[in-house]
Amino acid sequence: MKTVYTDKVIEHFKNPRNVGRIEDPDGKSTEGSPACGDMVSVYIKVDEETRRITDIKFESYGCASNIATGSIITELAKGKTLEEAKNLSWKDASEALGGLPPIKAHCSVLAVEGLRAAIQDYEEKHGLVKEKVPTTEDIVRKRLRHVMNPLTGLDVVRTELIIKVEVKEGRVTVTVDLPENHQFAAAIKEDVKDKIEPLWDVKEVIVKFEE
Amino acid sequence: MDLVYLDNAAATRMDEKVAQAMNPYFFDVYAVATSEFGYSLGIEAKEALDAARESIASVLNGAGEELVFTSGSTESSNLAVKGCAQALKRKKKGNHIIVSGIEDFPVLNSARTLEKQGFEVTYLAVDETGLVGSEALEDAFTDETILVSIQHANQEIGTVQDIKEIGKMCKEHDVIFHTDATHTFTRVPLDVSVIPVDLVTLSCHTLHGPKGIGALYIRKETPLDKIMDGGFQEFDVRAGLENIPGAVGFARAVELVTPQENERLKRMRDTLIDRLLAEVPDTLLNGHRHKRTPQNANVTFHYVEGESITLHLDMRGFAVSTGSACFSRSLEASHVIMGIGGDHERAHGSVRFTCGRYNTGKDVGAVVEAVSDVVQSLRKISPLGKGG
Repeated sequence: MKTVYTDKVIEHFKNPRNVGRIEDPDGKSTEGSPACGDMVSVYIKVDEETRRITDIKFESYGCASNIATGSIITELAKGKTLEEAKNLSWKDASEALGGLPPIKAHCSVLAVEGLRAAIQDYEEKHGLVKEKVPTTEDIVRKRLRHVMNPLTGLDVVRTELIIKVEVKEGRVTVTVDLPENHQFAAAIKEDVKDKIEPLWDVKEVIVKFEE
Repeated sequence: MDLVYLDNAAATRMDEKVAQAMNPYFFDVYAVATSEFGYSLGIEAKEALDAARESIASVLNGAGEELVFTSGSTESSNLAVKGCAQALKRKKKGNHIIVSGIEDFPVLNSARTLEKQGFEVTYLAVDETGLVGSEALEDAFTDETILVSIQHANQEIGTVQDIKEIGKMCKEHDVIFHTDATHTFTRVPLDVSVIPVDLVTLSCHTLHGPKGIGALYIRKETPLDKIMDGGFQEFDVRAGLENIPGAVGFARAVELVTPQENERLKRMRDTLIDRLLAEVPDTLLNGHRHKRTPQNANVTFHYVEGESITLHLDMRGFAVSTGSACFSRSLEASHVIMGIGGDHERAHGSVRFTCGRYNTGKDVGAVVEAVSDVVQSLRKISPLGKGG
C-alpha cells in the first residue's frame, strides 16, 4: 500500500489507543464542529494529590491525521502532570508519529487543543486558574480561533469572518461577516457562545451578523 | 491482495482491445496526418483519424466534421465555454452566461475566468437531488444571455439532467447550449438530431480508453473562437499535432461499450445503493435515485469522515473516493454535495463508488461488507456515533 502517511500514523490510525469516553470525567472538552469538519472530544481523570492524568480517552469524528494525533497525544499525556501535559504541542505529536503532512496540521491540531481544553476545564472546575486575568478583546479573539468557519473549514479569525469584538462590563459582542439567515449562522453563533461563555468574568455573549 | 477498483469515474483500466487498436499508430503509421496531397504514410494517418472521428460522431448521430479532437474533457469544455463566449462577445451578442453550480471544474472555472474578464455569470442552484429546475433556468435568462453550459450528468453524484428540455429552452431564447457529457457518453443516450445541443464535451478516460484524448462536438455554424494558437489542424478549431493513436483508441473504446454492459453496470449500482442504504444505518443517498448514470453510487455515512473510510478501504484493497474536505488537495469540501443543500457534515462522510467493465457482482458484495465494517468501527470512536 502506498500512502503519504508514515507507518506510525497508519499504525495509530488502524489501532487507535485510549479510544472512547470516560463516564464521569474530571475534565472534558470538544474541539471543532460537526458543521464544518473534524471534531475531537477529550476526557481526563486527574489524581487530586499529584495532579497527574491517571486516565485519558478521546473520540474522533475526523480523518486519519486527526485519529492518529488523538491516539498519540493521549498516549503522551497519560501519567503526566497537568503542567507537563499542557506543554505538549502539535510538534511533539507530529514528531512522535514520524511526521504529518503539513496540509493536515489543521485536522491534527484539534486533538492537541482538545487536550489543553480538557485540562483547562479541570482547572476551571477545581479553582486552579491562578491569576484571574480580565477578559480582553485579545483573549476573546484567541478563543475564537477555535471556532471553525464552515465555509472553509478553517477558523473564523484566520478567515476574517470576525468583523468586530467588543468587551464591556462582562458583556462580549462578536460581529460576524455573514447574513443572519446564512445556513451556518446558527452553528457559528452556538460555537462562539460555547467558547466565550466559560470565561470567568463573562456574563453575556452576543453574536451579531452583518454583511 | 487483488484490488477492487471502484473509482471508474476518475480513470479506468484500459481495455486490451483498445491498446491493440492503438499499437500500429505508434510503430507503423506514425506520420503526421497530412493533406490528401501528402505522402502515403501521412494519408494513411489522416484516414485513420477521420475514420475515428466519423465513428465517434455517429454515436451522437452527428457528422464527422462536427467533431474535433482535443487533449481531454478539460480542454473540450474550456474550448466550448471560452471559445463560444469570446466569439459571441466579439459579435456583440451579449455577455451573460449561465452554468449550473455543480458543474465539474473545467466548466466552473472557465466561467469564473470569464467573470474576471467582465462576463456576467449566473451559477444556477440545483435541487436536493442535483437537478436544475426549468423555472430557475427560465428566470435566469436575460437579453444579454449568450451561452448556457449545463452538464449531462454529474461527476460526483451521477444525477442526469433533462438536457432535452434545457436545450429546447436555450433554442427558444436563441442561446448556445453546451453540455459536458464526460460521464454519460455511450452510457446514457444522447442524440444530437433529437436534443437541441450545440456543443458536447466527450472523453474516453471513463470508458476504458486512453487518457490524454477527448473531443468536442460542435454543431455546424456554432460560433467558436480558437483558444490555442498554432496550425490549422482540426478544421482550424484546435491547433496542435493530432493524437492519432489516442483518436483511434477513443473510437475503439466507444465501439466496445454495449447496452448489455450498461445494464450490468446499472444492476451493480442498484445493488450497491440498495444494500448500503439497507445494511448500514444512518446513511443517505446523494443524487437522484433513478435519474443517475449507470455506474455511479454516492452515499453519505453519518458520524464518520470520508478520508478515514477510504484509507481503511485502501488497506483492505478497495479504491473509492470521497467528497470530504480532508481528502481534497484544497481542503475544501465537495462543491457538489454542498450544492445539493448539504452541509459540511454531508460532504464529510460522503463516498463515491463508480463501477466499470472489470467489476463483478462479487466486488460489489465485498465492498458492501467492507464498508459496513469500516463505518461501524469508525463510529465506535466517533463522539457523534451511535455504534459504541
